[in-house]
Amino acid sequence: MNELAAVREEALGKVAEAEDLATLEALRVAYLGKKGALTGVLKSLGKLPPEERPAAGAAVNAAKEEVQAALEARREALQGAALEAQLAAEAVDITLPGRQGSRGGRHPHAVTMARIVEIFRQAGYAVASGPEVESDYYNFEALNIPAHHPARAMHDTFYLEGREEQAAGDPRWPRLLRTHTSPVQARIMENTQPPIRIICPGKVYRVDSDVTHTPMFHQVEGLVVGEGISMAHLKGTVIEFLRVFFNADDLAVRFRPSYFPFTEPSAEVDVECVHCRGDGCRVCSHTGWLEVMGCGVVHPNVLEMSGIDSERFSGFAFGFGPDRLSMLYYGVDDLRLFYENDLRFLAQFA
Amino acid sequence: MKVSEGWLRAWANPAADSEALEKQFSMAGLEVDGVEGAAPAFSGVVVGEVTAVAPHPDADKLKVCTVADGEGTQQVVCGAPNVTVGMKAPYAKVGAVLPEGFKIKKAKLRGVESFGMLCGPDELGLSEERYGLMELPPSLPTGADFREALDLNDTIFDIDLTPNRGDCLSVRGLARELAVLNRVEFCAEPCPPVAPTIDDTFPVTVTAPEACPRYLGRVIKGVDVSRPTPDWMAERLRRSGLRSIDPVVDITNYVMLELGQPMHAFDLHRLSQGIEVRLARPGDTLTLLDGSEVSPAEDTLLICDGAGPVALAGIMGGERSGIHAEGEARTQYIFLECAYFSPLAIAGRARRFGLFTDASQRYERGVDFALQAAATERATALLLEICGGEAGPISGFEAEAALPKRLPITLRSARIDALLGTTIPQDTVEDVLTRLACTVVGEGSGTERTWIVTPPSFRFDLEREADLIEEVARIYGYDNLEVALPPAALTLPREDDGVVPTSAFTGALLGLGGQEIITYSFIDSAWAEAFCPGVGLLPLANPLSPELAVLRPSLLPGLVKTWQHNRNRQAVGAQLFEIGTCFEAGDNGAVVETQRVAGLLTGPRVPEQWSAGGDALDFFDAKGWVEALLGLTFDGDSFTFEAGEHAALHPTRRALVKRGDTVVGAVGALSPSLAQQLDVSGQVYVFELALAPLAERVVPQHQGLSRFPAVRRDIALDVPKTVAAGAVLATAKAAAGALGKTVRLFDVYEGKGVEEGRKSLALALTFQAPDRTLGDEEVEGAIAQVREALAKDFDARQR
Repeated sequence: MNELAAVREEALGKVAEAEDLATLEALRVAYLGKKGALTGVLKSLGKLPPEERPAAGAAVNAAKEEVQAALEARREALQGAALEAQLAAEAVDITLPGRQGSRGGRHPHAVTMARIVEIFRQAGYAVASGPEVESDYYNFEALNIPAHHPARAMHDTFYLEGREEQAAGDPRWPRLLRTHTSPVQARIMENTQPPIRIICPGKVYRVDSDVTHTPMFHQVEGLVVGEGISMAHLKGTVIEFLRVFFNADDLAVRFRPSYFPFTEPSAEVDVECVHCRGDGCRVCSHTGWLEVMGCGVVHPNVLEMSGIDSERFSGFAFGFGPDRLSMLYYGVDDLRLFYENDLRFLAQFA
Repeated sequence: MKVSEGWLRAWANPAADSEALEKQFSMAGLEVDGVEGAAPAFSGVVVGEVTAVAPHPDADKLKVCTVADGEGTQQVVCGAPNVTVGMKAPYAKVGAVLPEGFKIKKAKLRGVESFGMLCGPDELGLSEERYGLMELPPSLPTGADFREALDLNDTIFDIDLTPNRGDCLSVRGLARELAVLNRVEFCAEPCPPVAPTIDDTFPVTVTAPEACPRYLGRVIKGVDVSRPTPDWMAERLRRSGLRSIDPVVDITNYVMLELGQPMHAFDLHRLSQGIEVRLARPGDTLTLLDGSEVSPAEDTLLICDGAGPVALAGIMGGERSGIHAEGEARTQYIFLECAYFSPLAIAGRARRFGLFTDASQRYERGVDFALQAAATERATALLLEICGGEAGPISGFEAEAALPKRLPITLRSARIDALLGTTIPQDTVEDVLTRLACTVVGEGSGTERTWIVTPPSFRFDLEREADLIEEVARIYGYDNLEVALPPAALTLPREDDGVVPTSAFTGALLGLGGQEIITYSFIDSAWAEAFCPGVGLLPLANPLSPELAVLRPSLLPGLVKTWQHNRNRQAVGAQLFEIGTCFEAGDNGAVVETQRVAGLLTGPRVPEQWSAGGDALDFFDAKGWVEALLGLTFDGDSFTFEAGEHAALHPTRRALVKRGDTVVGAVGALSPSLAQQLDVSGQVYVFELALAPLAERVVPQHQGLSRFPAVRRDIALDVPKTVAAGAVLATAKAAAGALGKTVRLFDVYEGKGVEEGRKSLALALTFQAPDRTLGDEEVEGAIAQVREALAKDFDARQR
């Protein structure tokens, strides 16, 4: 049995020294294979006397199992080491910047507009739109602003060329760029019977350009017409919207009488300055208030001109400039920057 | 309108302080734009009396004065030329602080000690003019506090009036509002008649009675216009923002501010024959008081005499007939005009001449048509008091029928409550309207209560029940009205699933890395012509500048201009898009507005970085963006890219995008000639698509998934260089038959190894059957068909 001990010793020694999986496999064949050394020892047991065979057989099997176990253990160790080496080789510098595609973003005015529209859509307002080139009729007459009305002086209007020649008899002239989104009110009311609940976002135009005025700007108009609609509902709706928009349920809102020919009563709406919360600062010219919108109860003349019974139905309308809200929201002090589209400016909001 | 609190309080004197009045005005719809003091802050100034004046020993222009300040006398060195013994003037004592913090200390002037300073109005911030000491009325007590003596602690409100409240362009109107808001007495200044002492009149004819229903005149003889305007009047005018000119002009201005009635005084000796009020005729010209010459249009109302126009009615008087306060030809005979011109006859006329006068502002909004006689009496009384003279009787023209009417309006209590959503007590309604000078007659009771309300002559804005309801709400206070949310049925929104919402296009473009921009809808006409030759442009009649002169027929000029702007500010590239309206002239004077989406791509595909190369964007990036948008319709196959004309695009790098036979837009490189003309360097790729045809969407229908494997076969072939890859793909797809699932082009190559004039294409085809695993023969058969078709149609050779 000295031979067994020697083979076992040799096998264990070589397994322990094996440096890779191929060597290990060769060792398995060399010792445990059909023609392997330990298998050879087992085969030679036939030469032993029968009474010695069981003990010798058991010894050989024990040696085989021992070598087998050593092979397994060594394989696991080698595989583990190989994995370690692979992982080490695959290491990346996680502090390198991520791969960048082109990155754009929405225009800040578009963000504000979308937000406003979404707030009203959630309350069941439908979105309406109308042409940007309007007739004098829809922009003024249908809104109770006849020719020579002093309120026209509040709207510095862009006209299209050609009104002189075309004026005779063509109701579409003079053509102008709408000065407010209110003409959409008139267009909708002409074609719809109450209840009406709409929001009309869009571009409007006035002859004006300085740090707080651009010749084109955005407006959002809201209109609700139905039975029993009152000024209390107007106040409730406007206050609710402003508190949602400015994310402040305790925002102070006040209504001041004002004048728009298409609403009666009419009001200007001020909110507590969102920068100083009413204490007075540069943004609110130290008044503590910011003027944010105009509104009112729809004038019966406007309802009647659009074919709506002003005795049965009443309504309210409000209109405001999201551009100004964008300015306040983002702290921009020159409105014209929004239309220059300098990428360095736009990137700040994307 | 600027008005002093002191003047208002002479008419209505509520207990509320200045700050409370400011808030009351604003909250009643009379927005206070600014509040200032009647004088800037200063202290330590008293009424001083000059008791002696002696020459300065060492300076010719200085004098050594003795000044009494009520407590004693002080020596004061003074340089004013008008200092005389016995005069009273503001005296700043040692320790006084003048405007802008200037402190008065004991000083030595050329060796003579001076204790304090005698002041001119400029030094106290009361005038910009510098003419010496401010001479005070002898009646002021010596030593009295100067601010109190001149009522300089008064507050001036600057009120921004809405166009409907012409009645508040006067002390009378604003004071009435204060009286109503505070429920205090309104003390109208009486205008007692001035009995004529002479018989002189000047003839008046009116040939445009609709425009001028009333024209009153009065002759005043023997006035002395060299007399000064009294200080109290000059000071009230100053606090209202008007300069004192001469006593006659000052009096007409004063009455206008006080009562709201514009007036005009002519020099009677400079008028001939008589006054005629008529519309302008061709050839009429007039030199105005400000020296400008005008040729009024025929709808302009004129005041004329025998020699032609003498005034633009209700706007400004003429130079020829104006008052002369100085010199030999000083005015002695006055013809005082006080008229009611209809708002429609005046509205907009002043603006045409670039004028905005106190008179036109009031006439446009409506002057109280019952006021002319009273205002004439008021002005006459002031004239006689200040300038002396004798007044003739009031005479003139009146067309009763052409004057405005105040018709009774029915006001229902129930309607007030319903429209305001608030119950307003009925006695409040009656009180408010009565205080606002309406005639109010009530009928019925409870919810049936109604009133017949007749508004006063000065209110041009009360025509319907809603107008009266606003008045009630305004005085009751908007902040006191109820707050409620409107009730509504919970209907759900209907949305058309056949249309891609615009927000989806925006979303896709943002996902591709686009930056949204918003540019002006008006552009330079040269740019419009360059991008869209032959398109009917819509120019503005009154553009702000040549760069903003025509409505944009395309979004591309705005995108290119934006790129130019950014490139000039060191941007290396841009990926921009805009969605907006484009405008062009249609047939028969129609204006066609279309919503479009457009983009611009230039510069590196991705920002410079360690992990990606610096490839430049090209045609296929732009086309890829377009394809991403088309894909939103779930009907991308309905679109084709075809060669075609486009003025703004590179002739060999452009494609028209069609849906069926309709052109929906184009994509390509900016044409090199246009790029050069606009000074845009580098390759700029753009696209523009009309939204309406693009937005028509189909609802995708489910196709069953096969459980059996797909088989891929690649084929490589070469074709003449001119063959369109799109055509090869279409033919391959058709030839692959029903089992062919996809055909993908994965390589295009020209150059070494490919014959001159040809290019190599590599296609990957996949085949799959819904019901079985495909055998080799089936796939090889299909591939053979593809090869054959390509060989036939395109001279394709297998590689």
